[in-house]
Amino acid sequence: MQPDTLIWTLSALCAIAFYLGRHRAVQASGGHIRNLHSLPAYYGYYLALCCGLPALLVLCLWLLFDDKLILQLILGQLPEFWRNLPEDRLSLVVNQIHNLIAGEAGIQEVDPAIRAAADHYQRLKTTGYRILAILTLTVATAGLVYGYRRIAPDMRARNTVEKSLRYALILSSTLAIFVTIGIVLSVLFESLRFFSKVPVTEFLFGLKWSPQMAIRPDQVGASGAFGFIPLLTGTLLISGIAMAVATPIGLLSAIYLSEYAKSHTRSIVKPLIEVLAGIPTVVYGFFAALVVAPLLRDFGVQLGLTVSAESALAAGTVMGVMIIPFVSSLTDDALTAVPRSLREGAYGLGATQAETITGVVLPAALPGIVSGLLLAVSRAIGETMIVVMAAGMTAKLTLNPLESVTTITVQIVALLVGDQEFDSPKTLAAFALGLTLFLITLALNLVALHVVRRYREQYE
Amino acid sequence: MSTIMNIVEKFEESRDSAAPTSTDSDQGYQTVGEYSVAKPRICCRGVNVFYGEKQALFDINLDIGQREVIALIGPSGCGKSTFLRCLNRMNDIIEGCRVEGDIRLDGQDIYSKELDPVVLRARVGMVFQKPNPFPKSIYDNVAYGPRIHGLASNRTELDDIVETSLKRAGLWKEVRDRLDHPATGLSGGQQQRLCIARTIAVGPEVVLMDEPCSALDPIATATIEQLIDELRERYTIVIVTHSMQQAARVSQRTAYFHLGKLIEVGDTSRIFTNPRHPLTEDYITGRFG
Ligand SMILES: Nc1ncnc2c1ncn2[C@@H]1O[C@H](COP(=O)(O)OP(=O)(O)O)[C@@H](O)[C@H]1O
Ligand SMILES: [Mg+2]
Repeated sequence: MQPDTLIWTLSALCAIAFYLGRHRAVQASGGHIRNLHSLPAYYGYYLALCCGLPALLVLCLWLLFDDKLILQLILGQLPEFWRNLPEDRLSLVVNQIHNLIAGEAGIQEVDPAIRAAADHYQRLKTTGYRILAILTLTVATAGLVYGYRRIAPDMRARNTVEKSLRYALILSSTLAIFVTIGIVLSVLFESLRFFSKVPVTEFLFGLKWSPQMAIRPDQVGASGAFGFIPLLTGTLLISGIAMAVATPIGLLSAIYLSEYAKSHTRSIVKPLIEVLAGIPTVVYGFFAALVVAPLLRDFGVQLGLTVSAESALAAGTVMGVMIIPFVSSLTDDALTAVPRSLREGAYGLGATQAETITGVVLPAALPGIVSGLLLAVSRAIGETMIVVMAAGMTAKLTLNPLESVTTITVQIVALLVGDQEFDSPKTLAAFALGLTLFLITLALNLVALHVVRRYREQYE
Repeated sequence: MSTIMNIVEKFEESRDSAAPTSTDSDQGYQTVGEYSVAKPRICCRGVNVFYGEKQALFDINLDIGQREVIALIGPSGCGKSTFLRCLNRMNDIIEGCRVEGDIRLDGQDIYSKELDPVVLRARVGMVFQKPNPFPKSIYDNVAYGPRIHGLASNRTELDDIVETSLKRAGLWKEVRDRLDHPATGLSGGQQQRLCIARTIAVGPEVVLMDEPCSALDPIATATIEQLIDELRERYTIVIVTHSMQQAARVSQRTAYFHLGKLIEVGDTSRIFTNPRHPLTEDYITGRFG
């Protein structure tokens, strides 16, 4: 039996267990459901859990380890010569076996010993599945019988079921945390490898970024410089421009929507603004590169300024437009969270609408607005596409918005595009940049979270 | 649902049999008792209020005298708050709310184009059901109204206004050492007194109170009731209350609302000892409500 059929069988068995359990409980109650400790359905769930959970565990463990086990077995049976190969050659052999099984290595000349091993592998696998099926179904049936016999009117089925539910919830939340930790750790270790090649101080304080490394020792020029300050200034410059565009527009539109607009207007305008959030960033990117950048350049020429074809200003402006809906909807949330009673208090004292908004509503919503803005900043810092397309790739240490700059995210892309050696500083630098980016946005989010916490306390 | 139907039935019944002043049409009814007074501060005639299509108040006639405390009582949803909010045009800020009829403050039509609601609300202050101090300091809460209306020309004058208002609201002793503390840190009763101080800091003629004690404990309630009694010397007070005892303790006149209609109005002592309308009697004796 293949694992997928097995899973279906198991599900069917669980369904049967549910009905059996429910039926059994009703029967045991003697027709009076009130005699039962829990509702009949809980006995059904209980039995389904008894039946399915251990079996599923067996199934998962098996599928996790059977491949390794079988490989050990067949490698042990290979002729002497193959068995004593060094580690990396051995993994090649394993690969070959896998290819053979998948039917991809047919054209190549294959050693008969390996072909035999592959056949053996497949036989073992099939037997394994057979054993697995028997094992799982036995465990399931055993669980079923065990649970069935335990069902009695005073058994606390609901408590058991609810407890398992709680464990399932805990499991999923910890899983999410572990995935995050895993990602962070892997980035961290790669970064450490990078810092063993390039000193941290050079990375943090260096003023020059040019990651091209010499491939051959006799190559001219490309020595590789990994100072990330130009990337940081580029990132901050573009995010700053973006926020300068998005903050006023987003704030004012949110104030209009939440305080002035009639509910009819609001129901039309709000979705329209949110459409902006649905536009893919690539589209923003080429809008910036093909429309905004040339416009800015022409405009600059008329003013007698030199605007480079790819400028921080173009990318920043368009990125600002992109995060308007973000700022606007977070601000809107903060404003609508201000209780109606506060507004009425101000109106009741004879405050005009503008006085109420500036004097009472905005101050009360300020923490929420600030945290929304911080989230928007971290969004801007993490944005890649627009910058790749409209701000260029050259790392320049400048604060002039009319020049081309580059950002951390763009450089990560640049470092990893194309064929790369996995242990060259150039590739590893991407991880170091990723780590820095992560730390920056993490700090921003923590600050935002902290502000929101304080904000909540105010109305309790 | 059935209780509502019961009430309605009872109402119809009472109009047919007992109520001496009732008429047959659905709209036309007559308030029992004397709704007009000699020198009214506020004078309402034929007030109808609609929320969208739904009518919440029907043809209300009621005068409110100088320096009296008038209590509005009645079952939930009968329109007490709605009526109260007509008196300082708070209903203006509710979308879809429409007010018809004639409401005059010192003889001046408050819904006329010439009268700015902002000015009106400075003259007719309001205290709400739930204490709603602004998230600012105690001082800034009280100073908010005087500031927006430009009542003080310098800091000393403003300090004076804040102090007098807090004294009148009976809160000065408790907060004088911590005027710069956030108002949200006060207890519920203190917050409500702060809101009263904030309201009288603007120098209103009339103070509207919408169930000002319903979120407070008995001791805080007693303090506020005593305060209302003192405030009567200077202000006209309209108070909505759910507590019959409170109405009896603090008010001179009482108006009983029922399903958007003003059923009966009269001296508080008379209403509570000798209600004339059967609906009023039922409510006061606690048969429903
Ligand atoms: N903002 C509103 N929109 C629609 N209907 C309302 C609104 N406020 C009050 N009402 C309705 O008007 C009627 C009177 O309400 P209200 O004046 O609050 O009663 P009370 O204060 O006596 O409990 C109720 O039926 C209520 O449902
Ligand atoms: Mg009310």
